[in-house]
Amino acid sequence: MKPLQKAAVSVLCVILVSMVLATFLLHAPYARQFRDIPNAAPSSAHPLGTDALGRDSLSRLLYGTRVSLLLAPAAALLSTLIAAFLGSLAGLLGGWFERIVLAMTDLSLAFPWLFLLLVVRAMLPLDVSPLVSVVIAFLMMGLLGWQASVRVICTAARGIRDSDFLLLARSSGCKPTRLLWRHVAPNLRPLFYAQFFISIPLFILTEANLSILGLGVMEPMPSWGNLMRGFEDFSTLSANPWRLVPLILLMIVVMCFQLVLPPQEVTQ
Amino acid sequence: MIETNKSSSLFRLGLQRLLFLLCLGLVGALASATLVRFAPGNNVSERELDPRWRADSVEALRQQQALHQGLPAFYFHYLVALTHGDLGESESLQRPVRDLLRQRLPVTGNSVVRGLGLAWLAAALLASLGVASRGWLFEASTTAFNSLLLSLPSAVVAMLAVHLRTPVFCAIAVVVFPRLYSYIRNLLIRSYDQPHVLAARARGLGSSAVFFGHVLPLAAPPLLALLGVSFAISFGAAIPIEALCDSPGLGQLAWQAALSRDLPLIVNVTLVVALVMLTANSLADLAGRSFAGNPQ
Repeated sequence: MKPLQKAAVSVLCVILVSMVLATFLLHAPYARQFRDIPNAAPSSAHPLGTDALGRDSLSRLLYGTRVSLLLAPAAALLSTLIAAFLGSLAGLLGGWFERIVLAMTDLSLAFPWLFLLLVVRAMLPLDVSPLVSVVIAFLMMGLLGWQASVRVICTAARGIRDSDFLLLARSSGCKPTRLLWRHVAPNLRPLFYAQFFISIPLFILTEANLSILGLGVMEPMPSWGNLMRGFEDFSTLSANPWRLVPLILLMIVVMCFQLVLPPQEVTQ
Repeated sequence: MIETNKSSSLFRLGLQRLLFLLCLGLVGALASATLVRFAPGNNVSERELDPRWRADSVEALRQQQALHQGLPAFYFHYLVALTHGDLGESESLQRPVRDLLRQRLPVTGNSVVRGLGLAWLAAALLASLGVASRGWLFEASTTAFNSLLLSLPSAVVAMLAVHLRTPVFCAIAVVVFPRLYSYIRNLLIRSYDQPHVLAARARGLGSSAVFFGHVLPLAAPPLLALLGVSFAISFGAAIPIEALCDSPGLGQLAWQAALSRDLPLIVNVTLVVALVMLTANSLADLAGRSFAGNPQ
């Protein structure tokens, strides 16, 4: 591991630990309002000040980090599992099944990613509780974000299909499920990990975009995208630069994820 | 003779693609109609909740809606209206969808084409410069700048554009540029490292002759494929940018339709976007194949 990658992993670890310790570190819950001090500047009681509704910005940032950083990997895991199953099966079986899976993939890849999410989100009710909105946002990303990975995994599985060890396993009477589970999947594991890590920053950015547009995580539940909705008025940001902290944190995390991956994986 | 064969193969491929597009359009319309049909709250008119309506009027309204209850009937009505050029009426904007699309599509098309042009120009120039110089400082600074842009959500770029009063197409270019730059750079490096290019350089061929005679023909097919893909990326970027910059384009329309759950509008915008994207991808694919001289 290169020094830069080590630094990226360390930064991610620090952020993850502070996210986990958020409950013990802070005295104010993310939704509690200090009505007498809205839009307050940083102080010892509120290190990042308060927002327009008087809520502690640091609490909201740490809880928002928890929402974004726990659910983006969960969505990435779901999409990688779907991609791993479909891609490996399509590559292993070949024929019409592979053609159907690849046609489906091509069709969904032809749509802009954010547009696809917007269409599906429009089909679901909008007046839901904040917790349900979090689940919907990340479930949607997990269920719709597998297409690019399927292509990569299918190509790799196709390469394994004609290998000697698989031929031997087939001639020994191995069934397709066993072939997939015991022979194909272990050989594709590094690819699964790479696809999983590639998906995380993508989902973090997508959540931010959706929440800024009002279609992601709903108030009062904080998330990085939610916290950045206040950026619409940039003139107030120059007077209160500490409000940029969610954006800076998001950018650091996304860049760290980009650095953790080896360059050849990023370019795939 | 070979040229004629190549043209006829390309023509056949073009026809196949057109047929595929038509089939896909029909399947896409069916999928959209199915989604709308089973979306929560579909077929419940807000007028039913209006206390001024009499019970028999509400019943008549329900009976009228019941005609479109089954999926085949719903799809049949949708297709019949589509063949007559009737895309229905937007529930939220109270205007024919056809008019809305006719009004909004050129705005987005203009922004996307100009934004793509700017992003391609900047990415190609910077990638060529980087490959030509291959200095570590240039490479490190462009990589850092690129990853900085990649980690910015497009909605934040849009808000910055509003603040700086930059045109929509510039914001689209900022979002698309880093995705193009890294790909073009890697492609050029790989092309320059090919043995025949190294041999040409070793024989003293000029840099422009090497680039146009050896590197570009090698890199052109994947670059043309990237052109098709970049269309989808730029349209995806146009959604938050148009929504937040208040640009009356298709992206803003899709966002408004999603916020107000205007399902007829969503279905038709989806259909238009699918057709535009697939046409762009097919054209890029055909161009790439004709350039590579392998239409099969």
